[in-house]
Amino acid sequence: MSATLSVEGLHTHFFTRAGVVKAVDGVDFRIAPGEVMGLVGESGSGKSITGFSIMGLIDEPGRIVSGSIKLQGEELVGASDETMRAIRGNRIAMIFQDPMMTLNPVLRVDTQMVEAIRAHERVSKRDALVRCRDALGMVGIPAPEERLRAYPHQLSGGMRQRVAIAIAFLNEPDLIIADEPTTALDVTIQSQIIHEAQALCKRTGTALVWITHDLAVVAGIADRIAVMYAGRIVEAGGIDAVIDTPLHPYTVGLLGSVPTSNRRGERLTQIPGMPPNVLNLPVGCTFRERCPRRTSDCDVQPAITEPRAGQAVRCFHPHVEEGT
Amino acid sequence: MTVFVIRRLIQAAIVVLLMSMIVFFGVNVVGDPVDMLVSPEADQAEIARVIRDFGLDRPIYEQYWYFMKGAASGDLGNSFIFGQPALKLILHHMPATLELAFTALLMAIILGIPLGLYAGLYPDRASSKAIMAGSIFGFSLPTFWVGLMLIMIFAVWLGWLPATGRGDTATFLGIEASLFTRDGLSHLILPALNLALLKISLVIRLTRAGAREAIQQDYIKFARAKGLSTGRVVGVHLMKNIMIPVVTVLGLEFGSLIAFSVVTETIFAWPGMGKLLIEAILQLDRPIVVAYLMIIVLLFVVINLVVDILYSLLDPRVRLGEQGA
Repeated sequence: MSATLSVEGLHTHFFTRAGVVKAVDGVDFRIAPGEVMGLVGESGSGKSITGFSIMGLIDEPGRIVSGSIKLQGEELVGASDETMRAIRGNRIAMIFQDPMMTLNPVLRVDTQMVEAIRAHERVSKRDALVRCRDALGMVGIPAPEERLRAYPHQLSGGMRQRVAIAIAFLNEPDLIIADEPTTALDVTIQSQIIHEAQALCKRTGTALVWITHDLAVVAGIADRIAVMYAGRIVEAGGIDAVIDTPLHPYTVGLLGSVPTSNRRGERLTQIPGMPPNVLNLPVGCTFRERCPRRTSDCDVQPAITEPRAGQAVRCFHPHVEEGT
Repeated sequence: MTVFVIRRLIQAAIVVLLMSMIVFFGVNVVGDPVDMLVSPEADQAEIARVIRDFGLDRPIYEQYWYFMKGAASGDLGNSFIFGQPALKLILHHMPATLELAFTALLMAIILGIPLGLYAGLYPDRASSKAIMAGSIFGFSLPTFWVGLMLIMIFAVWLGWLPATGRGDTATFLGIEASLFTRDGLSHLILPALNLALLKISLVIRLTRAGAREAIQQDYIKFARAKGLSTGRVVGVHLMKNIMIPVVTVLGLEFGSLIAFSVVTETIFAWPGMGKLLIEAILQLDRPIVVAYLMIIVLLFVVINLVVDILYSLLDPRVRLGEQGA
């Protein structure tokens, strides 16, 4: 099966005055058509930068230093600005975190939707408007005709995020990168949005990268999951395998810090310490300072292994023995 | 909207009334115009006659009462010196000033916005830093000095442009202006540039600051993520947001361009209202000074109102009348 997107050895670094920030430092993954991949990690783990790297939206002082990003076999790293512009919004779309900020406050919704179509296709304004209206209806916006003529400030946060999602699906892209799209919304809206995005992907065959720090969200939507820590993927695999039998100590820690009903009254476990300073990453395993299973082996960078079929991990001491 | 405009008009009327009092009583404290009006050889009887003719023998509140009565019917008194209605004299000089202010405003927009946008989009380039350094000069150098320098360089040394006067005027669409003749235009460039320099710097700074702020916003990144061309991202998404503060400030500054063109008009001998005012002040021609100030107050009130309405058109989040302004 050919992958919609394959990322190999991606390094995106930021050359700041204080030093080189290795925001993404060796990320590999593949997504099949129609697949939903959850990209999980703490703030600053490089998950958003991975998304922007795929979009070709890394601004100075950042740069993709090495690696390859292939969209259906076509190399995107080093592609011309015009090529990337034609791909953005057309073949890869993106949904942002804060719906209050992503729509331009001084432009009407129809303007912002029509331009997204007309940037890629020669369509009359009238035809484009019909498509916009249908797209709004598809994401569950009532009275789409009226909403089209509204300004963003006249819509609620959930509505605005639906508009953003409708814009992402407008040109039926091969891939959508959703960067924490539900973080800024309240829980009921969250689950509606997740449900709608999932249904749309199934229907259109669009692959989805769902970036989040919320494991509960990922468990609800993703087929596969990749856990990022300090610019690297430390564990990847099928959603059930990773959630039920995590291999990496970091994943174990993350899952342990999620409150669940069957551990009521117990103290939540937490991962001790802080993520490492990305300006000065330690040599070897970046998690070892906080890891309960560290040994002297961990002073060397661990390679990716696959202790179980379909579940890869970057660790010398994975939690294999506890697996059921 | 209508309620808003009506409320603003009432406020404006109060402002104009208060201003008329301050101006009228203020001017009466300064100097004695009679000394300037009678010839040094005049005898006591003649001086008394002049004082009576101009109504200066009446108590000040009575003078004010007569002034307001006249003002209500559009008569702001006669000039002591010229013997003509003050309002007519000022209106006669107004087109020249308006022309100057308008050209200066146009320069501020045409030069200021592109330069500011460039400096905002490419803040690290040497050319951007040069623009910003230039705008500091534009801000801090005094107008009269810059005017003299402009005359020295372009009129005296290079001889490219005339130094004083308005030049030929032509009538176009019923407006008489030097904009429409070659000679008039060459007379206009230096004073307009001198007047515009401060505003150009202001617009550069405003536009740059706006661009620097807006470029960081998610909606710009989202616009780029939609695959829009750079031209559309900058020209529509960025510009429409930057224009909100720029239009507001420029509107208010237009008033100050008209009101404070006094210095520039004096230096370049531009026959506008400013020059008329300076002469009136020197000759203690009270009615002219009062009438001038009243017109300027009215002008500011009107401009403020227009800016508020314009603002609501530019920024859909602002709806006039909803707030208790």
